Amino acid sequence: MSTLAELMPLYNYWITIFLMISGLYIVVARGNMVKKLVGLSLFQTSVYLLYLSPGKILGGTPPILAKGFEIYSAPLPHVLILTAIVVGIATLALGLALTVRINEAFGSIEEDELFKPEITHD
Amino acid sequence: MKLDVILRVSVKFFLPFMLLFALYVQFHGDFGPGGGFQAGVIAAATIVLYAIIFGLAPTIRLVPPIVVETMIPLGVLIFLGVGFLSFLTGDNYLNYSHLAHDQIHGQELGVLLVELGVLITVSGTMVAIFYALADRGRS
Amino acid sequence: MIESHLPALLVVVPLLAAVFTALIRQGLASYLVAFIACWSLPVMSIALLGQELNQGTISYALGDWAPPIGIEYRIDSVNAPFLVLVSFMAALVATYARSSVTSEIESSRQGWFYTVYLLCVGGLLGVLITGDAFNAFVFLEISSLATYVLIALGKDRRALLAAYQYLILGTIGATLYVVGVGLIFAMTGSLNMVDINAHLAGIETLRPVLAALAFITVGISLKLALFPLHVWLPNAYAFAPSVATAFLASTATKVAVYLLLRYFFTVFGADLVFEQQPITPILLVFSVAAMFIASIVAVFQADIKRMLAYSSVAQIGYITLGIAIATQTGLAGALVHLLNHALIKGTLFLAVGCIVLQTGAFKVKNLAGIGRTMPLTMAAFVVAGLGLIGVPGTVGFVSKWFLITAALEQGWWWLALMIVTSSLIAVVYVGRIVEIAWFREPSKEVSAGGRLPIEMLGVTWVMAAATIYFGLDAEFTAGLASRAAETLLAGIK
Repeated sequence: MSTLAELMPLYNYWITIFLMISGLYIVVARGNMVKKLVGLSLFQTSVYLLYLSPGKILGGTPPILAKGFEIYSAPLPHVLILTAIVVGIATLALGLALTVRINEAFGSIEEDELFKPEITHD
Repeated sequence: MKLDVILRVSVKFFLPFMLLFALYVQFHGDFGPGGGFQAGVIAAATIVLYAIIFGLAPTIRLVPPIVVETMIPLGVLIFLGVGFLSFLTGDNYLNYSHLAHDQIHGQELGVLLVELGVLITVSGTMVAIFYALADRGRS
Repeated sequence: MIESHLPALLVVVPLLAAVFTALIRQGLASYLVAFIACWSLPVMSIALLGQELNQGTISYALGDWAPPIGIEYRIDSVNAPFLVLVSFMAALVATYARSSVTSEIESSRQGWFYTVYLLCVGGLLGVLITGDAFNAFVFLEISSLATYVLIALGKDRRALLAAYQYLILGTIGATLYVVGVGLIFAMTGSLNMVDINAHLAGIETLRPVLAALAFITVGISLKLALFPLHVWLPNAYAFAPSVATAFLASTATKVAVYLLLRYFFTVFGADLVFEQQPITPILLVFSVAAMFIASIVAVFQADIKRMLAYSSVAQIGYITLGIAIATQTGLAGALVHLLNHALIKGTLFLAVGCIVLQTGAFKVKNLAGIGRTMPLTMAAFVVAGLGLIGVPGTVGFVSKWFLITAALEQGWWWLALMIVTSSLIAVVYVGRIVEIAWFREPSKEVSAGGRLPIEMLGVTWVMAAATIYFGLDAEFTAGLASRAAETLLAGIK
């Protein structure tokens, strides 16, 4: 019981681990290209949580020089995650554009139809 | 047809407020959540909503693809250009301190210009992606 | 005045040139912008190398925010040679690119090709030059996204599949890297590479740090195509345009190896990584597996680009072997092989690009008799192939010498024997090409060839000559590599 009481306040890290593993599982286990990209985005979302959780101080505010803002939460993780979100969106956009082009070129976006030996070897 | 009319009228009501909200988010990025990227995406969402409701052809008349394709490098040019301005005052790259009369206002001006560049690039990119993918698959 | 700002300029010039080519978008004008920008890079990086040799480590604070709070661009003896390598490869491939791009990519997309190429160059230079962990991720992703687009521009429709596969695997690798950086950031509170090392000494619970080491190693190994994480590489190199393959084969994986070295020695410190953790046996197993399995698979390939791609996986095995040995000679061998393999593979892929331009053939059986119709190109190919085998007088011999000496110093004579044996397998696949090229009658694609533009042949021969020159006079490259190995092993003072 006491281990449970120790581990429960760390629920944000448990969510991080869950998202990371489920994202990776989707990438590996699903053969549809769009689903793989969704899994990849899920995986990247878990990373954002991993950065933000240690930075938050309970009762903390953004670092603004004004009355009423005394305790500051760490602002640097937010900046890093903003950059990571943009990178993730760029990757997702590129992946989806590739999926559209693959659909036009091959007629399918399912891996088991695409990686047939007639197509991959010649 | 009736639903179409309702959508058109109500969306025409929304769109200016969406753009205004994008500008609000852009300029209040130093006091709350916001900044160039978020504002760019909201501004692009305005154009995309217009395209969804009114069709792609009126949107292309409103925001021609050549404008959108020029916006993407233009924003990056503004960002890199602000960095080059700091070379003229003898500082390292991207040092905003000497852009105005004292350091605080210099930093503020530098961040404002840089976020403007980000706004232009991000909104251009999102609309360009929409234009590239919107018409495919329709014969 | 410019000299003090060279670190920032080295990254900004390609990005600015990419912006201009994106604004211009017309084939010839954007080519000129790319050409001028790419040739300014070797000038700047040689100046930086000279500065670094004279005064030691150069530190450039971006935005004048002092490190460790601000982002720092740090040039020491480890990354200065790589900056010169990547800049020269970018410039040489840009010279070569005009005719190859005009023939392999449709005209409306040529301006965008140069934009993406310049973004890739800027991203790779940024990874090399930065001293900040998260900034390395940003530049790594800039160059990786540009690489995915470069690969997808290939003529064969399977280039799209190859780009998609590389996108998935590369993004997983980069995200694992970011997880590692996040764990380090949570433990040390700093993102500056040198500063992290200073903070690591005072940490009691090492478990998150070790987890970070594992995440970063696996993440970067996906990018550098260490066996068994190399699956994306053969498809990507085989289906990309020849220009893109030539550039990527000589720079992208090398930059990832540099990043791994940076993390092993500068951030985590050699004794945490190699003494306390069993990185040496793990890397040894994977490197030897890469050397043998990839070389053997290369023998059986029907497509010359794919054969060279598997050969690249094997050569990366040699480089990580040097890292696993982790002594002065071993590291110097790994570093000098990084430089030499870039020259060798660059020459090989540039020669293949010439062949593809002139004959349109890249299946090995269609290349019969090409030694008679394209003697100069095939001669360059053979020279570089001899370097791949490790014949004395070529650069390949220098790096193999270092690696074998390092293995014998540790008393691992079985490892030295393995290095020699796997080099013999290279004889098989290079010899196969030589036999088909010279000892058979010309096939119909080969006989129907056109004229080869002089700049393509010229660039290929410049690089082939470099493989012989640096093999005979290895003092410069070996000296730089030894200096770099010393700096890495000494850690941060």
